[in-house]
Amino acid sequence: MCEIRSRDVSILRTLFRTAHFFTSCRSAVGGLYNRLVMQPATLSSPQLDAIFAALADPTRRAILARLASGDASVNELAEPFDMSQPAISKHLKVLEGAGLISQGQDAQRRPRRLEAKPLAVANEWLERYRKFWEANYERLDALLEELKAADTPKRRRTRGK
Amino acid sequence: MNPTKIASTLEISTPSDREIRMTRVFNAPCNLVFDAYTKPELLTRWMGVMPGWSWAVCEIDLRVGGTFRYVWHGPDGVEMGMRGSYLEIIPPYRIVSTESFDQKWYEGECVETVTLEESDGRTTLTMLLRYDNQAVRDGVLQSPASTGMEAGFSNLAALLATLER
Repeated sequence: MCEIRSRDVSILRTLFRTAHFFTSCRSAVGGLYNRLVMQPATLSSPQLDAIFAALADPTRRAILARLASGDASVNELAEPFDMSQPAISKHLKVLEGAGLISQGQDAQRRPRRLEAKPLAVANEWLERYRKFWEANYERLDALLEELKAADTPKRRRTRGK
Repeated sequence: MNPTKIASTLEISTPSDREIRMTRVFNAPCNLVFDAYTKPELLTRWMGVMPGWSWAVCEIDLRVGGTFRYVWHGPDGVEMGMRGSYLEIIPPYRIVSTESFDQKWYEGECVETVTLEESDGRTTLTMLLRYDNQAVRDGVLQSPASTGMEAGFSNLAALLATLER
């Protein structure tokens, strides 16, 4: 039911490509939100805060990247990091709190799995930010065409409206 | 060459942990883009004019040390304002300014650098936002709750909630 489809993995890849962006988001959050706020928002802000806070940490991003290739136990997740298991567990708790991962059925291993939906939500948020500026710049395109026409009044072929 | 509009895409990147950079090409000489960015009667025609939002104040004193002041009115009486001062102005190629919002969404200041480069009648606009308060950034990254940002988030959450209605 919670299987990660290839589309979700590609969302994840997109997000990791812009991994630094999340770090910036946390420091730049005022400016970004400010611009976002100009559009009616449909996403829950506390949820987004949790997602971005979780993604701002490189270890947690690495954990998500590992989980994108399949479920893994805490031990397996801790392996590549020079970190104690409790330290890793702390990171997992943050990821869980943001809804980015969940625990599997196997009571013995308690494998963690990636939940793709919050990533899609975060991605949508970024898209809104992009769309806000794209809309601005498209209006600017139109205005510049107008200014160009006014700037070259001598050109005979250019006729006013 | 086909004179129809060449699709120009907005590129967003992060040169460092404290910066966001946006790049966009415009099919116009840079003096016009500069005007559109710095003259209130032009700026108010494109910046932030989203459905439900309108300009209330747009004041620009375009000189080094001069200030700007923008206020928008939104749905349900929501008001949003920002201000800043100019650090560097090289018409029509470069504007460096500080910017901060009336609503304290983050601590510290943001420095915005807008550069315009013209080539063959087209202008590449680069907007670099630098959030240069190292202490705040580190605080945010290590412990969001320990900074003033949390309060800012609450304000924002309230604002977003009103917008959702």
